[in-house]
Amino acid sequence: MEVHGEIWTLKELFVYPNEYIYWSIQIVMYPFMTGLVAGAFVLSSLYHVFGIKELKDMAKFALVFSFALLFAAPMPIVLHLQYPFRGINVFLTPHFTSAIAAFGVVFFAYGAIVASEIWFFYRKHFVEVALPLKEKRDKTLLEWIRFIIFHTLTLGAYDISEESLKKDEKAIKILAGIGIPVACFLHGYAGFIFGSVKANALWMTPLMPVIFIMSAVVSGIALCMLTYIVVMEIRKVRLRSRRRPWMVSIEEVKGVEISVIRMTAKYLLVFMIFAITLELLDLIFRGYTAVKHWDILRTVIYGRDFTQIFILQYTFGNLLPFILFLLPRLSIRRAITGLLLVLMGVFMMRWNVVIGGQAFSLTLSGYMDYILPIVPHNWETFKEGIGGALGILIMPFVLFWIFSKIFPVFSSEESH
Amino acid sequence: MNQSRREFLKTGFKTILATGFSIGVFETLRPEVLAALKKEEGLRWAFVVDTTKCIGCGMCVKACKLENEIPYDVNVTRTWVERYVMTKDGRIYADSPKGARDGFIKNDPMGVTVKKEDIDKGFFVPKLCNQCENPPCVQVCPVGATYQTADGIVLVDRTWCIGCGYCIMACPYGVRFFHPVYRVAEKCNFCYHRIKKDMKPACVDACSFGARLIGNIRDPWDSVSRIIKTERTAVLKEEFGTKPHVFYLGLDSIVR
Ligand code: SF4
Ligand code: SF4
Repeated sequence: MEVHGEIWTLKELFVYPNEYIYWSIQIVMYPFMTGLVAGAFVLSSLYHVFGIKELKDMAKFALVFSFALLFAAPMPIVLHLQYPFRGINVFLTPHFTSAIAAFGVVFFAYGAIVASEIWFFYRKHFVEVALPLKEKRDKTLLEWIRFIIFHTLTLGAYDISEESLKKDEKAIKILAGIGIPVACFLHGYAGFIFGSVKANALWMTPLMPVIFIMSAVVSGIALCMLTYIVVMEIRKVRLRSRRRPWMVSIEEVKGVEISVIRMTAKYLLVFMIFAITLELLDLIFRGYTAVKHWDILRTVIYGRDFTQIFILQYTFGNLLPFILFLLPRLSIRRAITGLLLVLMGVFMMRWNVVIGGQAFSLTLSGYMDYILPIVPHNWETFKEGIGGALGILIMPFVLFWIFSKIFPVFSSEESH
Repeated sequence: MNQSRREFLKTGFKTILATGFSIGVFETLRPEVLAALKKEEGLRWAFVVDTTKCIGCGMCVKACKLENEIPYDVNVTRTWVERYVMTKDGRIYADSPKGARDGFIKNDPMGVTVKKEDIDKGFFVPKLCNQCENPPCVQVCPVGATYQTADGIVLVDRTWCIGCGYCIMACPYGVRFFHPVYRVAEKCNFCYHRIKKDMKPACVDACSFGARLIGNIRDPWDSVSRIIKTERTAVLKEEFGTKPHVFYLGLDSIVR
């Protein structure tokens, strides 16, 4: 028999007997996923609230993607819990002095905002699909199903006059406006979960929530751009295989794609600068004040975790993509490389916080090493191993694929 | 609906004032505040560890594991004993293999044999939950499954804990772990089931040297309370503001 955590923990020097890496890969995934949610939403709001016209195409897509990510965001926690089915207790008896207890409230508030924004956005589409089906006599079974889905989605509001659509737009704007602080809160509080653990020398800093928000926006934008590119590439392939005269030309798609990517990349860079500045500030401050625990933190940051922090996170995850995006004439291929690196960098940042925070003992005179379970030999090493993490990563894409069947995320075929 | 803006603001302001005031009243009447006003009455458990008496036999750890059904061979324990050896060259050796369940029977701190003449000082420090007055573990539990009783003991509700591990992360003393069988947060509770029946905790009974004592800190005539009041005691990691209720005699600055 083993205690939870023992299997992937290697202890060194003086560590308390009960200490293990209790927060493993899923707790790395959790802020990573909520970060993507928040980031994608902020990106879509840049268009809706601040009226940045160039981001229109991206905004539509980011909104739906944020919704798909939203469902995946709490999954890591569920997989992490020793009693996943008791997770409901958080809603039954929320203990509000705990940062995690706020999760229910914030999550549902945020979910409601995103859902209603999407509804206002695609209401016209729902009506346009449902109306002809409604009037059609003898529908086939498939048409019936389609009708029922879309009829439900309209929520009975069939008015798509100019006037009511104007109102919709206004509602979207307001929702997006409220959504930005809520999205930041959703993720900032994920940072608070760590930042408020006073027992942990690496985590405890009031900067943590802000650092989390900035890197969240970075990762969200990066993932949206990447998915956008992938979808556009698929469209190009499709256009090539079945060209119809009324369809847009491949050149047009290419032109739209690169201009959207170049535009969004600028915003990505801005948020990257914020994120890196804050992270460096935190690091410098710790070194400068050098309180009691700095001795061991230094050995972890500059020694044991050097590769993860300075090579993978800062050099490959920040510096390199930064240069790639700054160089003129950004190409799609270069963008893809940069985006993958950015995502890796943000993931490593989460890793270095969560796992790095447990790399040293509470004794401040010992270390713990985390061995990520790759080949699972039971349920626990699967869900808290590479398998569980990959499952979480894939989930939002599957959801997005389903959602994109309902919402015309890329509707330029019709609009051209 | 002819209320003017000014009127609206006025009533709104009044309402806020009124609620604020009534909350303020409740504040002063909260039971713990009342109890504090009555001053130091009732029961508040506290522990004294006399490190100068501990010989590192590990009997307390053994007794605890058996009493509280912590699987004997699993590497977790509600209480443990640490060994500290400081040599003349300033090196500090500290360890607690298997939580000292089998006692320290060999000269092998951290796997090294230390020559007797090289040692400046060496001693043992028993550890257990501090039943903090301001417990961060209780603060962070998202479902309230871990809570503090009126007599100061922090308990875990095994039927309600979701197993998130937040409390384990929040305890600065590394006291908590997941129970290998019940898979929920587990910790020392001064053998609450025993002290409720006027018995001593298993570790206290098991220690032949009187290194572990338990008592009521609010009773001025209690022997533990006398020690805390009249002798030079210290607590662990005071800087976290947890207000620990395990008081140590002969605590050294090298203790972690
Ligand atoms: S010692 Fe740890 S587990 Fe015990 S009350 Fe204090 S914080 Fe909680
Ligand atoms: S592990 Fe259990 S007792 Fe500890 S914080 Fe989570 S729910 Fe509460």
